[in-house]
Amino acid sequence: MTMRLAVDVILWSTVCIVGFFCFRRSPAIFRKAVKDGAVDFVTVIPRIAIGVIGSGYIAAVVPQEFITSWLGPETGWYGILAATIAGALTPGGAVIGFSIGAVALKSGAGFPHIIAYVVAWALFAFQRVLIWEIPFMPARFVWFRAAVSVPFPFLAAGVAMALGRV
Amino acid sequence: MSEDKRITDAPAQDNAATPAPAEDASKVANDAGDTEVLPLRRRKRRKPFNWSTAVIATLVAISATLVYRRDGLDGLTSIFTHDVELFGGILPRMLAGCTLGAFVSEMLPQDKVSRALGANSGFRGLVIGTAFGALLPGGPFTAYPVASALLTVGADFGAVIAMVTSWVLIGYGRAISWELPILGTDFTIWRIITCLPIPVLAGALGRFFYVRLADRLNLGDIKRAD
Repeated sequence: MTMRLAVDVILWSTVCIVGFFCFRRSPAIFRKAVKDGAVDFVTVIPRIAIGVIGSGYIAAVVPQEFITSWLGPETGWYGILAATIAGALTPGGAVIGFSIGAVALKSGAGFPHIIAYVVAWALFAFQRVLIWEIPFMPARFVWFRAAVSVPFPFLAAGVAMALGRV
Repeated sequence: MSEDKRITDAPAQDNAATPAPAEDASKVANDAGDTEVLPLRRRKRRKPFNWSTAVIATLVAISATLVYRRDGLDGLTSIFTHDVELFGGILPRMLAGCTLGAFVSEMLPQDKVSRALGANSGFRGLVIGTAFGALLPGGPFTAYPVASALLTVGADFGAVIAMVTSWVLIGYGRAISWELPILGTDFTIWRIITCLPIPVLAGALGRFFYVRLADRLNLGDIKRAD
């Protein structure tokens, strides 16, 4: 909790510092930026609200065992592929993705599998892409970024294997 | 790539370090050169609802119905209260992120951004994008508005991909608040080590394909049309 508070403090300090420099350069630009930011904030609220408030329901109906069962340790590269797909399909926020990873790790999933799972989930979990990325960024950029990211869960798992964490 | 929209933003023009004359803007933009100097563009208006929201809304409606049939009204309301609390916590940070994004797009001099993070910024641009993503405070509510702002002020796909990938994989925010407590120090450190090269590689791969596919996928229009 204190860590999250620290992150909040850093975040708002950054906003204040950048805002201060903006104001010093020109109060007119400052006012325009504050107004643009506020308008963006208000227009994006309904989309984020539906996603964030609804994500608990999506997470509640996808059984965790369904995802962890894909991540068995002796499955080799097919298992890494399954882990990557599972990561992309995992709904919910940070707690859910990491918790599923933790549960799978405790129930004997392979270490590189969970690396691939967490990396895939971080890079292209469908729910984060739809709730967070598309509202804020050009859609074509988002698809391009996700497509380019496809090899990297495999790379991370490969590096983990090469470094001896099997 | 026509940049006619960019030159309509009169108040932002005196903000650029060395503003280009309006008629030069589209010419300079065409060669996407290192020294590209452009007046800031008008910010794109975001829509309050679109197809991605519709997909999520449908999924939420189906899931909520399933939860209601399985757990009754209590199950429905307990998840709702929890997520509304979560949303309440996110709101002020989202405001911070949107404001930061707006400041960034008004403040950063376009010529410097395109030199540091533009199509010709090379390996160094990818490293700068990676470092920026790793240090950027906050969650998705900060990272995506800022990344979007960078795209509009002259950063290329490669550098912004490096930034987003770095934020998501080696940024300290999520690792400290969630991954460390849930998955433990050993896993988190190993995960971050294996991920260190990924942002630069993803950015380089992004550039490689962008150069080859931009025309075919109409990606070149993105700053204008999206």
